[in-house]
Amino acid sequence: MPTFVIPDKCDGCKALDKTACQYICPNDLMVLNKDSMKAYNQEPLLCWECYSCVKICPTQAIEVRGYADFVPMGASVTAMRSTEDILWTLQFRSEEIRPKRFKFPIRKGVSEGQAQPFDHYPTADDDLHGPGLMGEPEALNTELGPVKFDKVPTL
Amino acid sequence: MANFETVTVETDLLICGGGMASCGAAVEASYWAKKHGLKVTVVDKAAMDRSGAVAMGLSAINQYVDLNSGNNTLEDYLGYVRNDLMGITREDLVASIARHVDTSVHMFEKWGLPIWKDEDGKYVHEGRWQLMINGESYKIIVAEAAKNALAEAGGELIERVFITHPLLQDGKCVGAIGFSVRENKVYVFKAKATMVAMGGAVHVFKPRSTGEGFGRSWYPPFNSGASAFFALYGGAEMTCQEVRFIPVRFKDAYGPVGAWFLLFKAQATNALDENYMQTNRPELDNWLPYGHVKPVPANLRNYLMLLDVEEGKSPIYMQTAAAIQKIAEDAPDEKAAKKKLKELEAEAWEDFLDMTISQAILWASTNTEPEKKPSEIMACDPYFIGSHSGASGAWVSGPEDLQTDATKDEYFWGYTGMTTVPGMFAAGDASGASSHKFSSGSHAEGRIAAKAALAYCVDNPDAPNVDQAQIDALTAEILKPLDTFEQNKDATTDPDINPAYIRPTQFMFRLQKIMDEYAGGVSSQFKTSDKLIEKGMELMAYLQEDAPNLAAEDLHELMRCWENVHRMFQAEAHMRSILFREETRWPGYYFRSDKPAMDNENWLAFCNCVYDKETGEWTMLKKPVKRITA
Ligand SMILES: Cc1cc2nc3c(=O)[nH]c(=O)nc-3n(C[C@H](O)[C@H](O)[C@H](O)COP(=O)(O)OP(=O)(O)OC[C@H]3O[C@@H](n4cnc5c(N)ncnc54)[C@H](O)[C@@H]3O)c2cc1C
Ligand code: SF4
Ligand code: SF4
Repeated sequence: MPTFVIPDKCDGCKALDKTACQYICPNDLMVLNKDSMKAYNQEPLLCWECYSCVKICPTQAIEVRGYADFVPMGASVTAMRSTEDILWTLQFRSEEIRPKRFKFPIRKGVSEGQAQPFDHYPTADDDLHGPGLMGEPEALNTELGPVKFDKVPTL
Repeated sequence: MANFETVTVETDLLICGGGMASCGAAVEASYWAKKHGLKVTVVDKAAMDRSGAVAMGLSAINQYVDLNSGNNTLEDYLGYVRNDLMGITREDLVASIARHVDTSVHMFEKWGLPIWKDEDGKYVHEGRWQLMINGESYKIIVAEAAKNALAEAGGELIERVFITHPLLQDGKCVGAIGFSVRENKVYVFKAKATMVAMGGAVHVFKPRSTGEGFGRSWYPPFNSGASAFFALYGGAEMTCQEVRFIPVRFKDAYGPVGAWFLLFKAQATNALDENYMQTNRPELDNWLPYGHVKPVPANLRNYLMLLDVEEGKSPIYMQTAAAIQKIAEDAPDEKAAKKKLKELEAEAWEDFLDMTISQAILWASTNTEPEKKPSEIMACDPYFIGSHSGASGAWVSGPEDLQTDATKDEYFWGYTGMTTVPGMFAAGDASGASSHKFSSGSHAEGRIAAKAALAYCVDNPDAPNVDQAQIDALTAEILKPLDTFEQNKDATTDPDINPAYIRPTQFMFRLQKIMDEYAGGVSSQFKTSDKLIEKGMELMAYLQEDAPNLAAEDLHELMRCWENVHRMFQAEAHMRSILFREETRWPGYYFRSDKPAMDNENWLAFCNCVYDKETGEWTMLKKPVKRITA
């Protein structure tokens, strides 16, 4: 099946009020077996291999095994996501190809939880019925651009 | 009847869905709601951090008009979209999104999204309209701003509630109803205005892979047609329901090709090393004027490729190795070439890891190193998405200031983004005829529509009056699959095989078989005809009759039941619209073999439709395409 759970690693998210994988799966696939207190994918047929559950699992208990109906065996792609970047490890089917490791940033300049929704730009127009949105027209401009908008453009 | 508690939520603006459009709507609505003392509620069937099409992340922002650079104008973007959709587009809507989208992108950056920059501090473009990002956490970041905005404005986010139907009163939309997929609770939302932003529809057609890889659709399987059903059931006029999007992607895992074509300038060839864009070029003369525009419309690019496939000239390859070689050769010396190669390698893999991880698995498992060998590409299966290169969705009002005297009566009815049902708004994949908005434009459109929806709330301040009988009837209908299962499950030794009911997975397979074989799916290379569609509709009528016999063992399966009812309505709107448009306008997306040519004279028009839930009747309408630019 696309995602699978390593029993020794899954602790059923004991420390949390709900399991992380069940909380996050956009397709409602990951569930906890109440007897074994281990998670599993209840409907692998509809797994998108989006890795949302893999990335959030606090114990790295979830991995993905490529779709068996068209993916040859033996390769793996694993993810380790921290607050600032994500580390990927790609293992090829052939051991002759050296595994690849990539690290990519995932956010910049704003720490987790701190995205401030309003007030980055002044809002010129207070008219609820007008076309100007929050932060406009200032937010249409950048420091670099030669064109400066002082109102929302029209045709 | 199953014993469920009813939770009633009263609000001013209800936003259905938690995807890109909804996150934009939540931010904008919260800003204005705070000023005007209004309440905003967002309801999502999943967790907003990873719900919808951007769950995995994205590696590019596909709409950035870059207006302040002076390089592009709104007209430029309009021209691009109009041509790509073979002339059928609402210019007022496209321009409206295009004039606000840069703001969304600038805000994403303020919220922490890493957008690539060059040495001069300028954004790195993938193509003219696309920006490269490190987008693994794109959705988390955009959702974070939305959640913080809701919190600041006293709004509410309700997750894991699946919306099934709109609530209606006196021809207006007054909220929505659904159920929790976690607890035995029905949710009744009473709202002055309701925004539909529950994404597009996938798995209406049979996907190519039908084994374990069934879920590997290019667009996500959890976009299940809720937007289309909601609008149709509410009586909203729908547009472009014949338009489906079939992207060409790396074969089987559907990894993105955009970076390869645009950034790395790779070429695609057939098995004989011929470039089908060149060898099949004369075919473009049959689709004028669009056959000669640049870039060639996406459906025509598909079409030229499919012609080779039909002639047995597969496999079709993306020549990755040649492209990388060429870039390395252009480097000034060997050291620079090595460095460049390393960069390209990381970029190529990140493109997959950010938005289609399965493709990285497939490449690793087939020992594919893109710098060494080419990879197969192929057309995926058909999807219904108003935001990407599709156009299907609700017919909504454009903004007043972008109308001309000629368009005002057709395209404007008071509130931007409002459907033809008062109080019901739509954005993102849910709104039609405003293609090529992608993630950023969906966010911008959510913002535009949310502000207009709040203006509607202020202008129509009466509390929504919802008839209890309607709520009771819908509650019974929504929960019926649970009762059907309970009452009949013991009649056979295998709960899957029972003559009294049909479970949602088999129901979905039946729907997909009809669509695949009659409405131009993968197995017929996207070809259909009037006779095929008519036959398909006959079979679809049986499916509709059987829908009340859907059965669900638990809440998860109850959600699957309703997802497939939603898909079925999207399917019907699609078949009817293909039949109504008597021409082949988008070869490559679909081909009507009984009407094989484009008929600009009669069909440069929007095909719209309205469903009447009281009678079950569909009305098909033709609406003029009117330009607002010269
Ligand atoms: C593989 C892939 C690659 C893409 N590449 C790019 C790219 O490079 N650049 C780019 O800009 N765009 C890209 N896109 C497009 C972009 O993701 C979409 O245009 C955008 O997400 C559409 O926004 P939306 O809000 O309409 O839908 P979504 O973001 O899909 O959100 C839909 C929401 O509705 C919720 N929902 C659905 N049904 C219900 C229901 N019944 N009840 C309650 N909630 C429900 C879902 O949980 C979700 O929250 C790509 C998409 C995919 C899948
Ligand atoms: S990979 Fe995605 S779709 Fe599959 S179980 Fe995990 S979260 Fe759900
Ligand atoms: S998130 Fe990880 S540890 Fe928690 S239940 Fe799921 S698999 Fe187990």
